[in-house]
Amino acid sequence: MCVAIPGKIISIDGDTAVVSFGGTEMKANVAMVDAEIGKYVLVHAGCAIEVMAEDQAKELIDLFSELDEIV
Amino acid sequence: MNTEEVVRYLKNYDGPEVKLMEVCGTHTASIFKNGIRSLISPRIRLISGPGCPVCVTPTAYIDRCIEFAKEDRHVLYAFGDMLKVPGSKGSLSVAKGEGAKVELMMSALDAVDAAAAHPELMIGIAAVGFETTIPTYAVALARAIEKGLSNLRFVTALKQTFPAIEWICENEQGIDGFICPGHVSVITGSDAFVAFAEKYKRPFVVAGFEGEHLLAVIYEIVRQLEKGEAKAKNLYPNAVRNEGNPKAKALIERYFCAGSAVWRGLGAIPNSGMYLREEYGNFDGGSFGLDDDIKLPRSCRCAEVIVGRINPCDCPMFGKACTPTDPYGPCMVSAEGSCGIWYRNTI
Repeated sequence: MCVAIPGKIISIDGDTAVVSFGGTEMKANVAMVDAEIGKYVLVHAGCAIEVMAEDQAKELIDLFSELDEIV
Repeated sequence: MNTEEVVRYLKNYDGPEVKLMEVCGTHTASIFKNGIRSLISPRIRLISGPGCPVCVTPTAYIDRCIEFAKEDRHVLYAFGDMLKVPGSKGSLSVAKGEGAKVELMMSALDAVDAAAAHPELMIGIAAVGFETTIPTYAVALARAIEKGLSNLRFVTALKQTFPAIEWICENEQGIDGFICPGHVSVITGSDAFVAFAEKYKRPFVVAGFEGEHLLAVIYEIVRQLEKGEAKAKNLYPNAVRNEGNPKAKALIERYFCAGSAVWRGLGAIPNSGMYLREEYGNFDGGSFGLDDDIKLPRSCRCAEVIVGRINPCDCPMFGKACTPTDPYGPCMVSAEGSCGIWYRNTI
């Protein structure tokens, strides 16, 4: 139920943005986030709930640098 | 560290058996999709918690939704997950077949648009969800107020995960660490788990939904346990801020307030529900006092599945009398229910 999908903001009109999910464009409400064209947002139930900090590939590389080395 | 090193470590782990609970149904699904159990030692047990808002919704709520949808000139909008959940006299899906007006929604905003387009109808929203979804209902209500709509009602069964996690920590023994829900934490922030880690002396680590996220979080929790630590940590920083989403939190605070709610399998938990504030009571579609729950067959063990006491396959009805096409317990109904996920991935 809490599934949220990342998509890229294509255009913004007031509180509504057009967001591209791998090429499929859908409208999403952006009242909860600081929306900017070109940024990635997590969209849940028609609303962007957060702006993603960076692209996912880089994030997964950074993720493992967070972990302790095995001693 | 890289993925291979983490997998090698988790696969070869031969320390004391540890039991980790993933609280979010989307995590349960991702653990199967990515074959996480096959990548880690059997000494690391992953169990599913009450991670699906549909699964913990009591029967009386479904009955109320059906009652609303059957009234003259009423239309109820619901997420697809809700349609098959059995009420005391059938599901929304069955009611729709009998003529009740039930429409699927992708967003609560769909229902607001319908209410604006059809002032002659009373539009209802079956508002179910955790912290992730609650602000989207707030956005819908704000838009309805802005448009001056008087033909929109929210039938709510909204729940907060934190009181439920606290209930589990107080009542269930033997859970060594928690894989914390990523998208709930987007709203609440990961700092919310700091007090839990201190109070219950267990690791609470926020996870994203890719296989790598889950492996990293399992590794982090197991390492903390080995070192005797119990810390809250955010390993989904790309989406989760320590403080959460302040705009979303402000929206929740503005339109909703906490109250007691009944969780299927757990019973009533104080302050675990969210209800429309009194000043917005004219938008409420009869959400209070919906506490009665179905008497499930004696062999149904949904209540134990929800708190992670047993795995779905340990229930005698699993895959036999209870299947996704003919479910008894709500855990089998929802796409994100533990039993449904186990059924689709193991049978």
